[in-house]
Amino acid sequence: MKDTMTVDPLIRVRDLSIGFTGRSGITLPVLRNIDVAVRPGESLGLVGESGSGKSTLALAMMGYLKHGLRVIGGEARYAGLDMFALTRRELEGIRGGRLALIPQNSGQSLTPTLRIGAQLSEALRLHSKLPEGEHAVRVVELLEQVRLPDPSAIAGRYPHELSGGQQQRAAIAMALAGEPEALLLDEPTTGLDVTTQAHVLELLRDLAAETGMAMVYVSHDLGAIARVCDRVVVMYAGEAVLEGTTREVLRNPRHPYARGLLASIPKLADARLPLALDGRPPAPGQAGAGCAFVQRCAIAGEGCRTARPELATLPSGARVRCHHADRVGSLPARAPAETGRRVIAESDAILSLGDLSISYARPGILDQLFGRRPTATPTVDGITIALAKGETLGLVGESGSGKSTILKAVAGLLPPAGGRIELAGDGALPPLVDDRRPDQLRRVQLIFQNPDESLNPRQTIAEILAQPLRLYFGLSGEALRQRTEALLESVRLGAHYMDRLPSQLSGGEKQRVAVARAFAAEPDLVLCDEVTSALDVSVQAAVLDLLDQLRRSRNTAYVFVSHDLAVVRALSDRVAVLYQGRLCEIGPAAAVYAAPSHPYTEVLLGAVLEPDPDTAPRLTAADIPERSPPARGCPFQRRCPRKLGPQCDTDMPPWRRGKGGHSIRCHIPHEQL
Amino acid sequence: MLRMLVRRLALGAITVFLVSLIIFAGVEILPGDACTAFLEREAQGQLLENCRQELGLKRPASERYLEWAAGALTGDLGVSANGQKPISELVGYRLRNTLLLASCSMLVGVPLALLLGVVAALWRDRLADLAISTIAIGAMTIPEFVSATILILIFSVWLGWIPGIVLTSADAPVAEFFPEILLPMMVLTFVMTAHILRTVRSSVIEAMASDYAQMATLKGVPYWRIVFRHVLPNALLPAINVVALTIAWLLGGVVVIETVFNYPGLGRMMIDSISDRDLPVTQAIALIIASVYVGVNLAADLLTMIANPRLRTMHMRKG
Repeated sequence: MKDTMTVDPLIRVRDLSIGFTGRSGITLPVLRNIDVAVRPGESLGLVGESGSGKSTLALAMMGYLKHGLRVIGGEARYAGLDMFALTRRELEGIRGGRLALIPQNSGQSLTPTLRIGAQLSEALRLHSKLPEGEHAVRVVELLEQVRLPDPSAIAGRYPHELSGGQQQRAAIAMALAGEPEALLLDEPTTGLDVTTQAHVLELLRDLAAETGMAMVYVSHDLGAIARVCDRVVVMYAGEAVLEGTTREVLRNPRHPYARGLLASIPKLADARLPLALDGRPPAPGQAGAGCAFVQRCAIAGEGCRTARPELATLPSGARVRCHHADRVGSLPARAPAETGRRVIAESDAILSLGDLSISYARPGILDQLFGRRPTATPTVDGITIALAKGETLGLVGESGSGKSTILKAVAGLLPPAGGRIELAGDGALPPLVDDRRPDQLRRVQLIFQNPDESLNPRQTIAEILAQPLRLYFGLSGEALRQRTEALLESVRLGAHYMDRLPSQLSGGEKQRVAVARAFAAEPDLVLCDEVTSALDVSVQAAVLDLLDQLRRSRNTAYVFVSHDLAVVRALSDRVAVLYQGRLCEIGPAAAVYAAPSHPYTEVLLGAVLEPDPDTAPRLTAADIPERSPPARGCPFQRRCPRKLGPQCDTDMPPWRRGKGGHSIRCHIPHEQL
Repeated sequence: MLRMLVRRLALGAITVFLVSLIIFAGVEILPGDACTAFLEREAQGQLLENCRQELGLKRPASERYLEWAAGALTGDLGVSANGQKPISELVGYRLRNTLLLASCSMLVGVPLALLLGVVAALWRDRLADLAISTIAIGAMTIPEFVSATILILIFSVWLGWIPGIVLTSADAPVAEFFPEILLPMMVLTFVMTAHILRTVRSSVIEAMASDYAQMATLKGVPYWRIVFRHVLPNALLPAINVVALTIAWLLGGVVVIETVFNYPGLGRMMIDSISDRDLPVTQAIALIIASVYVGVNLAADLLTMIANPRLRTMHMRKG
């Protein structure tokens, strides 16, 4: 922590409670008795899962409430000014000027009909003393300051013409336009690729150091918090449950929720499954008289149900809202034992992909007339992978790496441009789902990222699960009901879920239903497309554990696609790294995550943020977004930090084979990687 | 962009071509022909023979279609069965009158709808919104002939300000349509405003709740600047298509209104030609209305594309 304790706080939130009026007319709180102070130059992290109230708190610091919310009690002051007592005009002077916000989703937070330059100069006109004539120059300076390449061109573009990382940088530049004393950051890197996220965070750290801005950093990601913040407030169900220095909160969390949250995060260095935190937080107004966490707490006593703990200060200076803070240390932090990875011979392959290539370029009318094939470089090319029975193959890569595209082709949703997809005992599968036999369809099942979109909102859970059972096994009546019940049991949901609609379930429960639907078909192969990306981290741990259990009991093979390297590490036997639709490296998980690595794997691993205050990302390559793969040579040629020379541009690198089926595709010899 | 434009124009032309085929085929499939339909009971002997000769009905259908289509392209829509006058001449004044009524209604209705829609959205769930939205629903549900009759009752019968019926002949100069035109205009404005303002209201509400409007607020942008600079340019894009549909509806001849007020426009001519069983005229008007629909919608799509940077730059990059 910086030596700022003696200075008056810049942002002071005192006993703040915010709520909304529920259907029954009762006021339901979303924030309860929050006390937070941020001093000049300090950076504070607000961490919590969805619904914890962290964003509401950050926006309240700007005197802003989302539609329907109101202040129940307490106050939020900025530089001594009561933000909820100011007039609209007074607020306009502060917002975006002395106190600026960097929003969560810049793609949607930038006005689509205004050019980037116009949006920046609007901020200048409102909050700087610069004469109008100098705005254009300043806009370019600001865009340069956030390290955007070709800033004057960017200024002339519309938001949708920028990549996600560029949009985020433009939003940061806009926040800097008013030369703020404090920045509020609302999940500023959520949704960005790992390398982009790491670059944006480094930029924010540098800017904070340069300008001495205070920062309030809202995130669900403890890895990002660890990198940026001096102090952390852990939020749970609208309360601050733990506050302390980043180091203390991450190393020795003295609240059972914070400890559980940390334990549920998969870590790169640890191949074990993370520990799930059972249950879910109470909805607003449901917390009861006692501790909000009592339902999920392993050390809760009788007193926890009846008396709400106060925020107590520990000798270390940390503040914790728990009756049993002294016993938190006894809770397990990691899964008990190594779950063990199996080495599986490729001979009993269940799925083999032979030189698979997929192209999104569709032939035009003329090409169809003359029977010509599109000449564009295929989006995915040269994918040869064999997957054994019961094996889990992780596919990792940034957005645009083609990992989901490969899944779609295997599922028959996209026609491949070339190559084979073979299923053991069935030979080559017809390319499209319509041409596959019901039995072939049954053997390959797909689970999507977002259960909100993949479950029909008008069907009950029983109807959703009955479909594959009827279709593949012809079940009906009592047999169907029993089977449905057993399926729900197997994903740890009770029979009482049968008559519910998806909208009555939490995100984690919905994803369990999606898993149950896939397993209803008794598949040999389940394709998982970012299945935990939309879930909170504690829920993610539970779904990962469920997938692992099902695989063990049914010997199902998985292809597990994720952008999160630690999640892939926790579940996969083997891992394949993709860049621009081409394989870079493939091998046993342990070998891929250790040296030697493909330069791209190295870049990816280096950008991962760990919830550890003593680690720093290693950023070796620029995060330039690439639109299409190069026509010749190594796919990674344009960004590679270890590029050898012209041979990388012209020749496809050879596969360098190491031990245990570990292969790397690079011109650099194996021993030097 | 240019390629896109050419493609859309070509598609529009194909649509009009297909519609013309359907219209022509529809008339052909009917039992009898233009002469039997028109002459009714007298359709026999020499009279029928003469009529068929004059309308050229003896030649094969394909030949007649080609002639009709080629004529339509050059503005010659053939001759009517009733009195055998050139249809282009008959239609010309009627089209002008319909255009006059439509543009007067639009000039008042479109700005009024935009204004009321925005007001209703910004004062959502307040008195202004409730009043505007209730009246709009009323305007959409009350049949046009009912509101027309009520207006006639008020302005012609009780107040005696405006004649309740248009007695001006179709080919009179524009000025002579005033003030009679005001009553049909009011009814049309009433209905179209209701349709447009409801779309505008919901899309402004959506845009005001968007992330970018929230961001602008938190950037310290004054309220009215957010409305005019950040919200309206985005929110009014969906309104373009509704306005286009309304315009097409107006130009297609508003049959009921023209009949109630005896207004000599395209819609009434269509009705008259149908009751006279004058098939060539019906056929010609159907083609004109179809072309107007296609043309107005095409214009709306192009306008949307120009006004929306997302579409504009996408097509620029591709084409």
